[in-house]
Amino acid sequence: MRVTNMSEAIRFHFDVDGENFSSAGEASVMVKKKLRQLGFSPDVMRRVSIAMYEGEINMVIHAHGGTADVIVGEDAIEIILADKGPGIPDINKAMQEGFSTASDNIRALGFGAGMGLPNMKKYTDYMQIDTEIGVGTTITMRVNY
Amino acid sequence: MHLSDFSQAVSLKHLCGPTADDFDGVYVGDLLSRAMSHIQAGNLWITIMNNINVVAVASLTEAAAVILAENVSLTPDVFEAANEKGIAIYSSCESAYDLCVSIAKSADEHQ
Repeated sequence: MRVTNMSEAIRFHFDVDGENFSSAGEASVMVKKKLRQLGFSPDVMRRVSIAMYEGEINMVIHAHGGTADVIVGEDAIEIILADKGPGIPDINKAMQEGFSTASDNIRALGFGAGMGLPNMKKYTDYMQIDTEIGVGTTITMRVNY
Repeated sequence: MHLSDFSQAVSLKHLCGPTADDFDGVYVGDLLSRAMSHIQAGNLWITIMNNINVVAVASLTEAAAVILAENVSLTPDVFEAANEKGIAIYSSCESAYDLCVSIAKSADEHQ
């Protein structure tokens, strides 16, 4: 993790290891800890960490990992998840609760219920998906506080 | 509510992490995305899911403790992660349903 403390914002950067399910969630746990230290309310910490955890898991399941940046701004926490995975062919479908392309192996681990993107949307105030087939996906989320 | 109120009735075994006693409410479920968005801080989480991501979800949601139903066991990597993150994990031979029945009974008795 890299921490940059600029005058206007605190920024955390994480590399999400795509081969390692056991470290999936590490970045979210770390961010939650940092937000607690910064004095954020339990509700904000919960929303940020759920959205980020789902994003991390998605990157591990579908995209061989990626990067996660968290920027603590003046009135919002921004989470930017970027991967070089296969891209999302149909965003509307992917946003439906219960829709999943995860394999049976992934389902056996308790994921792949088609709740990831819907949960990310539900727990954030803003979410934008930029995706290109064969190039990758960047998801930007904001939680206002 | 306290684990010690029903631990004997369900033969609760402490597997790893710190020991826990106090909890506030129960969540039962194995789908991690569901669990992630529904476990409240201080809840007891009953599941049969035993992979390492259970530790991350319990940690993020600030669950008071995890009970693995039906005598589900843990692999060494989960042990290690739970100890490191301070997540209390227990097991019981009872099913999730029977655990809930015992917890409800003990809650009635201790009211």
